[in-house]
Amino acid sequence: MKNTIKFMIGLLAIGLVSCEPEFENAVTDEGFYDAGDADFSNYVALGNSLTAGYADSALFVSGQEDSYPNIMAQQFSFVGGGDFTQPLTSDNLGGLLLGGVQITGNRLVLSADENGNPFPATLDGAPTTDVLTSASGPFNNMGVPGATSFHLVTPGYGSVAGVANGTANPWYARFATSESSTVLADAVSLNPTFFSLWIGNNDILGYATSGGSGVDQAGNLDPSTYGGNDITDPNVFAAAYSAQVDALVAGGAKGVLLNIPDVTSIPYFTTVPAQSIPLDAATAGAVNAQFAQYNDQILPLLVQFGVITQEEADSRVVNFVEGINYPIIVDNDLTDVSQVLQGPPGNLPEELANLLGQLRQATSDDLIVLPASSVLGSVPDPSNPLGVVGVSIPLENQWLLTTTEQARVAAAGAAYNAVIEGLAAANELGYGDMKSALADVAANGAFYNGGVLTSTYVSGGAFSLDGVHPTPRGYAFTANTIIDVINTTYNASVPKVDIGTYGTVTLHNN
Amino acid sequence: MKKVLLLTVLFLASAVTYAGGYRVSLQGNKALAMGHTGVAVINSSELVFFNPAGLVYLENKLSVSVGAHGVLADVSYQNSATGDTAMTEAGLSTPFYAYVSYQATDWLAFGLGIYTPYGSTVAYEDDWGGSHLVNNIALQAIFVQPSVSIKITDKFSVGGGPIYATGAVNFNKNLTRTLADLDGNRSEVTLDQTGISNWGWTASAMLKASESLTVGVNYRSEIILSAEDGDATFENIPNSPLTPFADTTFNADLPLPAELTMGLSYKHNDFLFAFDYNMTYWSVYESLSVDFADELITDTTLLRNYKDASTYRFGVQYEASESFTLRGGYYFDESPVQSGYFAPETPRNDSNGYTAGLTFKVGDRLEIDASFLYLQFNEVDASYDYFVEGSGGPANLINQYSSFGGTYKSSVFVPGLGITYKL
Repeated sequence: MKNTIKFMIGLLAIGLVSCEPEFENAVTDEGFYDAGDADFSNYVALGNSLTAGYADSALFVSGQEDSYPNIMAQQFSFVGGGDFTQPLTSDNLGGLLLGGVQITGNRLVLSADENGNPFPATLDGAPTTDVLTSASGPFNNMGVPGATSFHLVTPGYGSVAGVANGTANPWYARFATSESSTVLADAVSLNPTFFSLWIGNNDILGYATSGGSGVDQAGNLDPSTYGGNDITDPNVFAAAYSAQVDALVAGGAKGVLLNIPDVTSIPYFTTVPAQSIPLDAATAGAVNAQFAQYNDQILPLLVQFGVITQEEADSRVVNFVEGINYPIIVDNDLTDVSQVLQGPPGNLPEELANLLGQLRQATSDDLIVLPASSVLGSVPDPSNPLGVVGVSIPLENQWLLTTTEQARVAAAGAAYNAVIEGLAAANELGYGDMKSALADVAANGAFYNGGVLTSTYVSGGAFSLDGVHPTPRGYAFTANTIIDVINTTYNASVPKVDIGTYGTVTLHNN
Repeated sequence: MKKVLLLTVLFLASAVTYAGGYRVSLQGNKALAMGHTGVAVINSSELVFFNPAGLVYLENKLSVSVGAHGVLADVSYQNSATGDTAMTEAGLSTPFYAYVSYQATDWLAFGLGIYTPYGSTVAYEDDWGGSHLVNNIALQAIFVQPSVSIKITDKFSVGGGPIYATGAVNFNKNLTRTLADLDGNRSEVTLDQTGISNWGWTASAMLKASESLTVGVNYRSEIILSAEDGDATFENIPNSPLTPFADTTFNADLPLPAELTMGLSYKHNDFLFAFDYNMTYWSVYESLSVDFADELITDTTLLRNYKDASTYRFGVQYEASESFTLRGGYYFDESPVQSGYFAPETPRNDSNGYTAGLTFKVGDRLEIDASFLYLQFNEVDASYDYFVEGSGGPANLINQYSSFGGTYKSSVFVPGLGITYKL
């Protein structure tokens, strides 16, 4: 009997030992994946909102956890990657406080009305992330929402005092190591063995999203004079960018440089169609009658007096038809004829002259920005039902990016990308062609396990509700794209993620 | 005995190895020690399960067998494309049995059995990579089977009886691969129902072809456990009319498939050799369809598409001394899971079962039965390819299904202990 019990205990012991099923080649075994020529033990990510994990118009915890650097860092853990720290905010609401006063909005969520029609809404709630209760930096993720190329090397960009007067960045002020530090210096102080640098998007994005309201600063080499919606001069960009690369590689770190996507393929510019004004035949005829003098007399006269070219006159003709029409718009790049029209021989009243000053009808090449959806076709003055935006009131310049403005953005972006590609080659760093990757998603979609990622607003899955920043799934796609570049450049085999397991937009009704 | 075992193993080495579904073949310590053979083995009241026709051939007026097994099962998962890994939480489940047989006359015997032939307990870490398929599941079914055994001739008997089955299920999974509330907590559902019952039956026959050779056949009917008005509990659901998941009730059918067993035993001096062949009619398990009472909640159908599966069992018994009887066995168990339908709630591929055990006689009436089973699985690359994705993207471009898979490795170890009392 005793022996039987001993026998049973022995069997039980064997069982417990043999119970852990182990793989012949476990992914957790050293050497299953290969770091190649790179050392991922201390990865630092430098960049802007994209690097921070900003989405849905805000920075919040769950978004930061799905930032592309954090996704990459998790995959680096298979090839010797170390801890990856992030300046996590305090909640999932996203709004930012300065001394208890809210200075940025909460995140957007996808709400639905009683009929199930979805619309983006700002999440209710009192945020708790305060610029003054500093997170203790530096962090491996040095992404700062809103930063341009030159901001990363601007001392005082993280000054708390500067936030109030608009010279500093509230997100960086949360974790800057000092009032005078730079983002770059804080990043370099971590002695990274591997880095990613994705900066320059905001050097053109502010101009684009404001409908070209800013200034193309090409030729102006003093960025301290730039406004928030300006395009950075390519030489200013090159100087700032090369300083960053030089500082990052000085310690022997390897890394990857990421170029600037074409901003005009994001849903912020592609969701609201320019051709958006429905009119019946009678209304179209009545409106055309209002513009008859402008089309038939004023424009030819302006050409005759040499104020505008025939080509410009042709582009300024207004003609509505039965069906869906293009709205009338203000185009800042047209010749401003408001003063001329007030003089002889027209002697138009000032109000009418101002209305016609830089007027034309939009074309299919003009890109209407996402927030304009609530402006187009609206009647701003309820007492004047005939005052319809796009028909009798021109859509203001800020609501659209004209072809001329698009060309400025594209020229600057191309110049920046030439700098980035050149520096990647010169320093033997990885070069991530994010521009081509995004263009491919926009044109063809990216197939994944269970679906296809597209740039369509809300339903496409790639872009969050702000129409500019990716969803977690979009960031996962970004991480995979960069990992591909790293694996090729450094002969590594870092595993990628299944992007279908990352979420898209968040559903919530306040 | 070693030689015999070795021969058996070599004989089968080229065959594919086999275990399946949520069938738990642990219905007696004596039988399990011999590779869970028994349809033609006249040994004890374990016959209530294996072949009630044989009860009439038992030598004792009254025979009682009671026992249990401790199932230590683990599953490892990894995906080499992503580096994703998971391992089930170590748990112990304890299937049990109790059999009584009573010899009424020399041609009539009665029996009663309570046993647990179906069940599954698998728990992964919440929100693991396959959480949209299962976080954890606990399924139990208890069968109660009164039996009668009638000797037609000295060499041939028949038996059978009704089966009352009662079961319980608790199944938790995430709703999709991504749906979460504002704070990123994954949306999940728990389906829970206890006291699900239904009736079935068993019928069998035994032929003592010669002094040495016995042949048996046993059939146990399919029993469908129909959960009605079970509790469906939803958690971490976004506050949105687009996700109308409120707690409700559900109906679902879980089939416990029929099983046909044929086998023989051959006695030679102190040795007894046994062979059983099982056919389990798993093809009845086409899908797990959950019908929610709340009309706003889309009913879900989880495709299973099982196929009928065979098990081949070999056992040997050696009466070593007055006190000790030694047993050994081997079986291979074919998985009913077809390619592309490998769901992690029953992550079983084909397996080899190695068994051994002994009986120790304590006096004339009491025996202690011990057994162990080591179920050996090879690594298998497998996937479940039929998870229906929700919305997201133009319908004409969407793949209807997403796939979840990788490499799985299971290990199962089952020590068991029981007693037999004969009067």
